[in-house]
Amino acid sequence: MDRKLDIQIKSDPLSVTNNYNFVLDENCGGIDMFIGTVRKWNKGQEITHLEFEAYEPMAIKELNKIATAAFEKFSVQNISIHHRVGKVELKEEAVIIAVSSIHRKASFEACHYIIDELKKHVPIWKKEFLLDGSYWVNSRP
Amino acid sequence: MKVFCFGMAKDITGLSTLDLDNESVSTVEELKNYLIAAYPEFEKYKSFMIAVNQSYANNDLVLNGTEEIAIIPPVSGG
Repeated sequence: MDRKLDIQIKSDPLSVTNNYNFVLDENCGGIDMFIGTVRKWNKGQEITHLEFEAYEPMAIKELNKIATAAFEKFSVQNISIHHRVGKVELKEEAVIIAVSSIHRKASFEACHYIIDELKKHVPIWKKEFLLDGSYWVNSRP
Repeated sequence: MKVFCFGMAKDITGLSTLDLDNESVSTVEELKNYLIAAYPEFEKYKSFMIAVNQSYANNDLVLNGTEEIAIIPPVSGG
């Protein structure tokens, strides 16, 4: 069974169907997905939208490293990771991760691992736009 | 030596690409010190990283000026 990997950074809206269809596999009995969406409130402040910036070639490389590690750590079949860049509106998907495996446990664990590692290492930056200004998340002194 | 700036680093420098004098910088650590001296606001963001040829670089990595270099502020994807 060849494993399949799909990593994309996109300025167009994401679609869960794309990730789902990529990982769907007749050899697998389970698919786990993590979908990160834009929420209206953060620490009591109202958010109007987000903007994401990526160092794209390095972000793709880092995501490849994470996926390679996930394939080694967990018995998973296919992985699909899409991250949005540019302006992202409330309720839109900022990131979608889908993982398929023969049994469910490996998919759950791999999906959890991938989003945690993505948030730690992948060179993508989120700017929150509030009613009265904007700031880069994690970059306040 | 060209240095790409992303996120908060672009706001601090006001530029998406810095063009630095190579002679004052020969390692990643020297580059970080140079940036803090040139843009004191970087002092507040001690956790910024440097990427060399699209990989995170250690402080002792030697730079010859031909690499692809980028300032990586704390990431916040996902």
